[in-house]
Amino acid sequence: MNRTNFFVNGLSVSSGLKVYRGPWKTGQVSFLLKRTLFGASGEDVAWFQAKSLKKAVRELIYTEYPLPPPPVNGYNDDKYTDEEVPAGQTWTTSLTYNGMNNARRKNSFKSWWFGLMLNQDRSIREKMVLFWHNHFVTETNTVDNALFCYQYNDLLRRHALGNFREMVKEVTLSPAMLRYLNGYANTKKAPDENYGRELQELFTIGKGPGSRYTEADVKAAAKVLTGYTIDYKNFSSGFDPGRHDESDKQFSPFYGSRLIRGRKGKDGAMELDDLLDMLFSNEELSLFICRKIYRFFVYHAIDETTEKNVIVPLAAVFRKKNYEIRPVLETLFRSRHFFDPKNYGGMIKSPVDFTVGLCREFRVVFPDSTDYADQYNLWEQLRNQASSLQQNIGDPPNVAGWQAYYQEPEFDKLWISSDTLPRRNLFTDRMINNGFSRNGKKVSIDLLSFVSGLSHPEDPDALIRESVACLYQLALSDEACRFIKTSILLSGLVGMSADHYWTNAWLAYRDNPDDKANRNIVTVKLKALYKYLMDLPEYQLM
Amino acid sequence: MKRRDFLRYTIPTVMIPSLVNGLSLKAIGSLPAMDAWVAGMDVDHVLVLVQLNGGNDGLNTVIPLEFYESYRAARTNIAIPENRVLPLRGHGETGIHPAMTGLQQLFNDEKLAIVQAVGYPRPDFSHFRATDIWLTGADPNQVLPTGWAGRYLNAQYPHFPEDYPNSRMPDPLAIQVGSIVSPALQGPALTMGMAISNPDSFYKLIDGDGTNGATATTRAGEQIAYIREMAVKTDQYAGVIKKAAQRVICQSEKYPSPGKNPLADQLKIVARLIAGGLKTKIYVTNLGGFDTHARQTEANDTTTGNHAKLLARLSEAIGIFMEDLQGLDAGDRVIGMTFSEFGRRIKSNASGGTDHGAAAPVFLFGNRVRPGVIGQNPALPVNASVNDNIGMQYDFRSLYAGILQNWFQVPGSEADSLLMKGYPALPLIRG
Repeated sequence: MNRTNFFVNGLSVSSGLKVYRGPWKTGQVSFLLKRTLFGASGEDVAWFQAKSLKKAVRELIYTEYPLPPPPVNGYNDDKYTDEEVPAGQTWTTSLTYNGMNNARRKNSFKSWWFGLMLNQDRSIREKMVLFWHNHFVTETNTVDNALFCYQYNDLLRRHALGNFREMVKEVTLSPAMLRYLNGYANTKKAPDENYGRELQELFTIGKGPGSRYTEADVKAAAKVLTGYTIDYKNFSSGFDPGRHDESDKQFSPFYGSRLIRGRKGKDGAMELDDLLDMLFSNEELSLFICRKIYRFFVYHAIDETTEKNVIVPLAAVFRKKNYEIRPVLETLFRSRHFFDPKNYGGMIKSPVDFTVGLCREFRVVFPDSTDYADQYNLWEQLRNQASSLQQNIGDPPNVAGWQAYYQEPEFDKLWISSDTLPRRNLFTDRMINNGFSRNGKKVSIDLLSFVSGLSHPEDPDALIRESVACLYQLALSDEACRFIKTSILLSGLVGMSADHYWTNAWLAYRDNPDDKANRNIVTVKLKALYKYLMDLPEYQLM
Repeated sequence: MKRRDFLRYTIPTVMIPSLVNGLSLKAIGSLPAMDAWVAGMDVDHVLVLVQLNGGNDGLNTVIPLEFYESYRAARTNIAIPENRVLPLRGHGETGIHPAMTGLQQLFNDEKLAIVQAVGYPRPDFSHFRATDIWLTGADPNQVLPTGWAGRYLNAQYPHFPEDYPNSRMPDPLAIQVGSIVSPALQGPALTMGMAISNPDSFYKLIDGDGTNGATATTRAGEQIAYIREMAVKTDQYAGVIKKAAQRVICQSEKYPSPGKNPLADQLKIVARLIAGGLKTKIYVTNLGGFDTHARQTEANDTTTGNHAKLLARLSEAIGIFMEDLQGLDAGDRVIGMTFSEFGRRIKSNASGGTDHGAAAPVFLFGNRVRPGVIGQNPALPVNASVNDNIGMQYDFRSLYAGILQNWFQVPGSEADSLLMKGYPALPLIRG
């Protein structure tokens, strides 16, 4: 069977954007959190379940949290010391760069970002930063300057829940993007169409069925965008009127045959606003962005029903609210469509969801900021796991982002391959066993502590039921639960009275947790149970 | 532990001049013997472990005819009548449960060994702890993170799994027939075994069209169907297993129909894979239900009932398996061993069953097994009390040592270090 056979019909969800008023139970809360945060921890589920759905969604989207402190030097070692930046202090204030410090700082930036996801607030913001990173792609390897990359990441975070038009403008002017898509080299003498093309194709208008911009439009946009420069001394961008093409720029009928008048001198920079006016007056922009949000947060496939019932009305909200991002998210995450039972577990976890979500759901503890060297190192080790599962944050594969979000018809199935599926299983096994360590600091899953937090760990049926509810969006069949109970928790013991063997073992441990033998018995069983559950396909879904 | 470290840390101990089995340890440590250990990799011997989950009642399995009166007195409600006990050729003092005609036949054909009263000092009566002790080879007061067979495989096949499969070992090191790989196969970091989740999924792998019954009518169901498909396809060993199985066209017709005897179903797969040419060293199978606290026999006929059914399955499965291997011309490559986490109490309880006990007999089967009864019938007290247990005659690790040294050709000192201590190797294999 090839992958395309899985692209089957009959999975359509017809409900639309009307407000969902159904049950608000653990299943619904956990689904909302897995999609809007990284993983749904027990505490977070309880926190939001105590509120109404409306309040929960608004808290996730509207709460204003302070911006995080910048990355620090946790990278000095016996081979290298950053002379510019004391250990534990941020390197983002240093304007001196060379090959060595740049490499260390780039690495530090990416690990810091991974740490922000691990320590996220009860807010959709970090998920949106990842969404925008996949949308307004830059690659750290190509930009090749740690400060530019940090600035750009900060830009995405500041605008993550703001106004999309302002964000497009800021992205266009950012040194990282000018460098990544050669905007700095786009001059009237030698126009470089790179950014003018991607601005339309990937960032605003897209290539959807209604998109009909032309090659001439690409050239015209490139001319509008001539003259921007990067100031490598101050790590900022600028505008050089001498390099700007002051001629008039004619666009195609798709853009209403708009003519952007050439502006002279410093005013040339204002043509960008004219260009944005034109792009934002085209409805295709709102449709494109809403489809992208839908694919990232709800489901990979958009059929005619979803287009009509979700995308079109959501795009209307986007336009009506003057391209504010929050109302779009609020409408989507409160909708009947989002909470349609058919969507539960319908998405394959991205590697970041898989790794960060695991750490958050099991409340894996990392060293705190006083131990910055070990902290950054352990963030990096986990980040490398996500990379080996094919999601290297800061370095998507190309300007279009990760294929899982655009490549038809496979989409998120691309995360699961003959290479990555065994790696995913090895990762969960390792987190359950020895985890990752540095200087005696260890990050791993503490199963005894996790299971002690469940309501009835001594009852093998309840233990399995609750574990499944924590780990999956789907229920397991009674038959599967019975099988798991007998073969794992009860070591193959069968019969009506066999349950008490587990119960006795757990109670013996609970009453005497320091007894090594008791502890070992329940630890071995719990490890086997959780390894098994986390190897099943159900655990790959969210 | 990397293989190099393993050798480095163990060689100095073998330089101590002393004698084991008539061989100087120094000689073992010298190059030819070390080569033999490394070459042990290429010995085509296979071990099949049959775990009897729950604690098999050894005393109703191998019956001490020699002490029949004490036996009957200790368990009047479940004792097998003397005239129904199956005799063993040349061993009038010992007999076996009447349901085990298959094993009786094997014994009389000199393909079965019975090791009496296998256990360990200070026995543990918890299923879980006792199982861990047997699977890891630990002392009762010791917790080992690795399995005894896993340690062997880790030493024999260094750098697993990174460097595998390779031309020398293209196949799984060990196969668990069942979803959960036995802790006996746990290596220092990873399990050394792979699971064939159950006979059903095995036959789907061999013969199947790749469909797996997942419903693709929801968005999640469709994703799961895909991931399951990928899991089967990406298993790096799925191809070699399928090929090996497909080489074997014809197996014994005596196997019961699927589902009737779960152990026979498992051993049928094992025979097929061995005969199909897999170089896999160890197979693990399981038969559950031995925790017979109540009504282990029918009251009116103690030769029938739950325990009899279990022993009949065990005996039938092993008997057909051996015959099948013979027909497939693989009989000389394979030995098997049954074991259970403990035996049961000498005295039966009032509900017609037996409670958790201590030492119990172990069966070894195979053409190359040194046949007969090893050890004495357990001496039974004249008036057994509820607390009386069968004392240990052989430490279970002496059996492991015998298998490692004489079947897998691991030098004695290496076997000692795999077992954490020196245990005399029981002579289980024909010379």
